[in-house]
Amino acid sequence: MLIKSTEIIDTFAEAFGMWGSRVIVTGETPKWAMAAARSMTGFATSVIGCKCEAGIEGLLTEDETPDGRPGVSILLFAGSAKGLANRLVERVGQCVMTCPTTACFNGLDVEETVNVGGKLRYFGDGYQSSKLLGDQRLWRIPVMEGEFFVDESFGIQKAVGGGNFLVLGENLKITLAAVEAAVEAMQMPGVILPFPDGVVRSGSKPGSKYKALPASTNDAYCPSLRGRAPHTELPEEVTCVLEIVIDGLDESVVKEAMRVGIMAAAREGIRQITAGNYGGNLGQYHLQLHELLRG
Amino acid sequence: MKLSLHTLPSVPLEAEVICPDKFIGNSLEAISAMTVMHGNRECALADFFTLTDDGLETIEIDGDLSKVKLIGSEMTQGKIIINGSVGAHLGALMTGGEILVTGDAEDWVGREISGGRIVIKGNAGHLVGSGVRGSDIGIQGGEIIIHGNAKNEVGNGMRRGLIVIGGNSGDFTGVNMKAGTIMVLGQLGQRPGASMVRGTIFSTQAAQLLPTFTYNTTYKPTFLKRYLIYLKKLGFTIDDAYLNGNYQSWSGDSLEMNKGEILLFSEGS
Repeated sequence: MLIKSTEIIDTFAEAFGMWGSRVIVTGETPKWAMAAARSMTGFATSVIGCKCEAGIEGLLTEDETPDGRPGVSILLFAGSAKGLANRLVERVGQCVMTCPTTACFNGLDVEETVNVGGKLRYFGDGYQSSKLLGDQRLWRIPVMEGEFFVDESFGIQKAVGGGNFLVLGENLKITLAAVEAAVEAMQMPGVILPFPDGVVRSGSKPGSKYKALPASTNDAYCPSLRGRAPHTELPEEVTCVLEIVIDGLDESVVKEAMRVGIMAAAREGIRQITAGNYGGNLGQYHLQLHELLRG
Repeated sequence: MKLSLHTLPSVPLEAEVICPDKFIGNSLEAISAMTVMHGNRECALADFFTLTDDGLETIEIDGDLSKVKLIGSEMTQGKIIINGSVGAHLGALMTGGEILVTGDAEDWVGREISGGRIVIKGNAGHLVGSGVRGSDIGIQGGEIIIHGNAKNEVGNGMRRGLIVIGGNSGDFTGVNMKAGTIMVLGQLGQRPGASMVRGTIFSTQAAQLLPTFTYNTTYKPTFLKRYLIYLKKLGFTIDDAYLNGNYQSWSGDSLEMNKGEILLFSEGS
């Protein structure tokens, strides 16, 4: 399949079942809401090394947040419900509660919930108080600047992590331009791109010659190893490969993000777009590139 | 089901049978024959009301019901609409469902409820959301929304839930309060929060507090904005000044645990 002059390889992205949550952070000004959001989504590129994957889903206006202040919507994913609960407590506690003026609310209206504010409340040392508004219990935790207001429970749901595609370009400049365009096109509700500004250069393969490492560099796609690695996937003209990884609240939104991303990245100078998989043996979702591009 | 009052009671009429839980599954004839107490005399519901089965589960009542007590008592589900005013003990011990009154309500609105929502578009009498005399505990959940004024002892012994007074409240608002939230968009009467243990009393106006309350600070409580936005959704007009303003925070009652809180709008801060 060709899109413009870019060949789309007939393969699939192998994605995994994860657990996802949506966190709404608000602040007195957009600056402070964003400060907390950046902190909370920092060091959250891959479950392999960070225990979770997180990113900013979008900005929210005063009319879109529970407390009428500017906000940021964050998606956070982990491999298990328990792991997600732990990461939420850690990150809301360390990155949001610490940030001036912020409050933190659940953004997923689903049946399954985990306790977040109900654990953070103990920081109040007995001075915390709760409020019950509708069905939602909220906690007010006194802090030096005023009080931190946080929902007790946050909804979690089964999600999809690790959707991906690789952009194989003739040079760095063209490849960067292609992935930047893809990332911009992929901003949509329900998905995040957890790597720096949505792009990863250190794509990995499972395993390593070093026993302690669960993953290592994807040598088949490293141009500098074309002559050394036992096997290469790179056409001759390709000198640069960048990858975009997608996590989403369900399979359909991940596929849609991949579709618009691939469409945006395909251009003159991008020789191929392919996807990372492990032979179909690990992930439960096989996101076929040709199939999702055909719609 | 539609009910229309055709005979004004000469003394209070106890009509706890007017409740979705008691109507559901019964025929029009059976409902018409349900017993109400007119003073100390047993009567049939049809002795006072004309009943029409419109096929809807919502109970809609027309007429001046200011002498009809205990409507919606122990209600767990459904909806009652009262087009007019209503008597005492509306929705007593309610655990679910919704009651809407377009006029005024007498004393003891939502007495000891633990769920559901009661909305009074007009004024309410004394002891909104309170416990009966001799009981320490008032409402334990649910919402009581009064768009007009309320008289004394709003939320006496309240343990959980939300009470909103769109106008002024009388004396001893939140007396003996254990927890929960009382929001008064007008003026608090005398001695608000007397003997309160925990919970929040809010007012948009200055108030004379008991000496057993201690000033903490003036600040913007984030949670309050969320509540005020919720009230806007319920149909109240909330000035931006209240949404974005600063509030004096007072702790009390120090004769109890001193964990209660009164928040008063502070315009100039």
